[in-house]
Amino acid sequence: MNFARRFASSLVAIVAALAVAIGLMLLVDAPPFEALKLLVEGSVGSDVKIADTFMAWAPLVLTSTGLIVTFAAGLWNIGVEGQVMAGAIAASWVARTVDGPVWLLIVLTMLAGMIGGALWALLAGVLKVYGRVNEIFGGLGLTFVAQALITYLVIGPWKRPGVASTSGTEPFPEHAWLPTLPGLRISLVAVGVALVAVIIIYFMLRGTRFGLRLKAVGKNSRSAYLLGIPTTRYMLAAFAIGGALAGLAGTIQATGFLHRLVPAVSGGYGYLGILVALLANSSTIWVPPVSFFFAMISVGSTQLQLRLNLDSSLGGVLQGVLVLFTLLAQGWQSRRIAREAAEASAAPPVKLVES
Amino acid sequence: MSLELRDIRKRFGPVQANDGVSLTVEAGELHGLLGENGAGKSTLMKILSGFYTADSGEIVLDGRTLDIRGPGDAIEAGIGMLHQDPLVFLPFTALDSFIAGSPGGFVIDRRQARKEMMELAERFGFDLDPNAPAREFTIGARQQLEIIRLLWLGARVLILDEPTTGISATQRERLFETLKQLASEGMSVIFVSHKLEEVEELCSRVTVLRQGRVTGERELPCPADELVELMFGKSVVIQTKEPVELGKPVLEVQHATLEDELVTVRDLSLSVREGEVVGLAGLEGSGQRALLRAAAGLLKPRSGTIRIDGRTPRTYHEFLDVGVHYLPAGRLEEGLLQGMTITEHFVLADESTPFFVDWDEAEQQAAEEIRAHFIKGRPDSNAEELSGGNQQRLLLAMLPDHLRLLLMQHPTRGLDIESAAWVWEQLLARRHDGTAIMFASSDLDELLMYSDRIAVFFSGEVIDILDARTATVEQLGYLIGGVRAAS
Repeated sequence: MNFARRFASSLVAIVAALAVAIGLMLLVDAPPFEALKLLVEGSVGSDVKIADTFMAWAPLVLTSTGLIVTFAAGLWNIGVEGQVMAGAIAASWVARTVDGPVWLLIVLTMLAGMIGGALWALLAGVLKVYGRVNEIFGGLGLTFVAQALITYLVIGPWKRPGVASTSGTEPFPEHAWLPTLPGLRISLVAVGVALVAVIIIYFMLRGTRFGLRLKAVGKNSRSAYLLGIPTTRYMLAAFAIGGALAGLAGTIQATGFLHRLVPAVSGGYGYLGILVALLANSSTIWVPPVSFFFAMISVGSTQLQLRLNLDSSLGGVLQGVLVLFTLLAQGWQSRRIAREAAEASAAPPVKLVES
Repeated sequence: MSLELRDIRKRFGPVQANDGVSLTVEAGELHGLLGENGAGKSTLMKILSGFYTADSGEIVLDGRTLDIRGPGDAIEAGIGMLHQDPLVFLPFTALDSFIAGSPGGFVIDRRQARKEMMELAERFGFDLDPNAPAREFTIGARQQLEIIRLLWLGARVLILDEPTTGISATQRERLFETLKQLASEGMSVIFVSHKLEEVEELCSRVTVLRQGRVTGERELPCPADELVELMFGKSVVIQTKEPVELGKPVLEVQHATLEDELVTVRDLSLSVREGEVVGLAGLEGSGQRALLRAAAGLLKPRSGTIRIDGRTPRTYHEFLDVGVHYLPAGRLEEGLLQGMTITEHFVLADESTPFFVDWDEAEQQAAEEIRAHFIKGRPDSNAEELSGGNQQRLLLAMLPDHLRLLLMQHPTRGLDIESAAWVWEQLLARRHDGTAIMFASSDLDELLMYSDRIAVFFSGEVIDILDARTATVEQLGYLIGGVRAAS
């Protein structure tokens, strides 16, 4: 698909998604253009807002980038949400138990988060490879388990002294917090880690033998196996990488943003990452801008509730509709291309599988 | 009920699967449709049953031209097809599977359907439990279920595509009796097969297809060699193969029992020597693929041993390491990677690629390989954009330089004559290096021309090993049809 066509179809999708959002707002008698203005102002209208948007951007970029790796290997790692939680749990454990200078805690919490996320993803991977459990169902199941585990920890072993509620653990000691810029909630470490992850994954998928073989497994694992690629090992590796990045996102949420473990620690960035990865069409380079756009909608839509008394879930609707329209436009494009190719070769398209 | 097909044509990309086929089947006739794999039988029957639409031609039923646009139209017109894999919903009970495809209102009347199902089953002496899960049915029982379902839906023309594959001898007998009974009641039956003896046993007339064309129509009984000739054609075999000194055995299969999807090969012993080419003949699914897969390390023998140069590798990767390579028939399914470029394929196939890929260099190398192997494509062409011949060239170009044993399935299927000749030139050149070659093919000329020896498979058994220098097309044709004593 050439660039102009792709750009055109993306534009059509964005306009269509906006049209749906505007239609919805008209339905509930809300002023659509003011709402859109608030959305922008609420996300990039001031230093504080921009900082907040970037703090949502960092974990979203991490989960999306990890998903691009698993998607490249042909794996629908829907369990990414649980991997974010597992990473947050592991990081929280380190933050609560290890004492030391800030830089050491940053390294250790992040390492723990990566290991936690990777192990959780590997569980889904092992279930798929050795247990024949589809990764979609395995991942979803493990997400519920991770969620339950957090709830257990928060009201059980890690509960605040005297209080057993699901509102979260005690805040971590301050040396375990990711340092933020003065007066803002943004952590440059978090943003930096996300950027580094994008760069590494971009080059891994593009320029390394490992990345190429991973893509081969995703395109056709049967052919890849016959070529001598150890396909199960590559699948597990993809799970581990995707899980580690999701775990990092969980770490940033726990130590950089919430400063404690809460049941909603994932912030939905796992599921949102799936949308970003789909919208970026499995291209790593598109992850940062698409993530920023999504972070803007997420952060900005909280303003809708405060100012217009609209439910902030409107932002989620906008995100979902946007992805649907983009996928629709892509499907429509590829059908048109297939038809043109068929007409060009003057061969009738084969309708059904040949025996 | 007379059925007439007039001048049916159907093309798939470069392959003309049906090239002006005409066929008439009278009411009450058991009509055989005979031909080799790829002769166009299945395509023709899929057109008749609405799975494909013909590029041109007419289907006339009782003087009325039909406009068949889908399987639903065909069954409505009274044409029912029993597929090689019966269309049974495995997770359903037999009764639900029976009902699933039927037209009718929103609410189903299970009791009525069960009654009608049992009546039909009784009429033909089928023992089918409507409440049993269809999954537990044997292939033969699934066929029986499918036959009565088609009759229930009002089929007056019944097409059976290779119905005897995978069913037991008693079920076969039952099936033949049923078909004869149906024909005597005025049903038109088209029996598609590549098994000579079955057609001879069952049918009253036979039409033979070869390479998409009708090569003849005969009343049965008729001499078998006439049919063999119609199926395979008379061909002059020219030996162009340069002789090569045969060395020590590379592949040694001893008393191997192999279980593949449809067939079990028992007690197979065979060896292939350095520089030797062994062809595997037989109907599809007679055990050739099982042997190739076992020799490649993809199928573990139930018993017996498989040695490569005296060693016994265990995993597929160990087989690769000792120099075994397998090219299956499905080039895009089991060999190439759709959506990846020629350059990427060469990088993937090259064991010595460093961790960081130098794409500029890789592209140059790919361009060289493309030139050296006459591939019509660019380094950035995707595998699926290549024609069949060029896909095969790419696969051959991806092979390591030095191999001990090369295993191939249908090495030239779908290729034009020039590409096929080129492929064999490449393959035969490898013999000088001491590479042993074993390939399965349904092209008898190819088997005779390039093999040193030909092992003929018939339902899981090697019934003969011929010396390719003295073997004839007729002899092979008989053996493939399971006729052991060729006179």
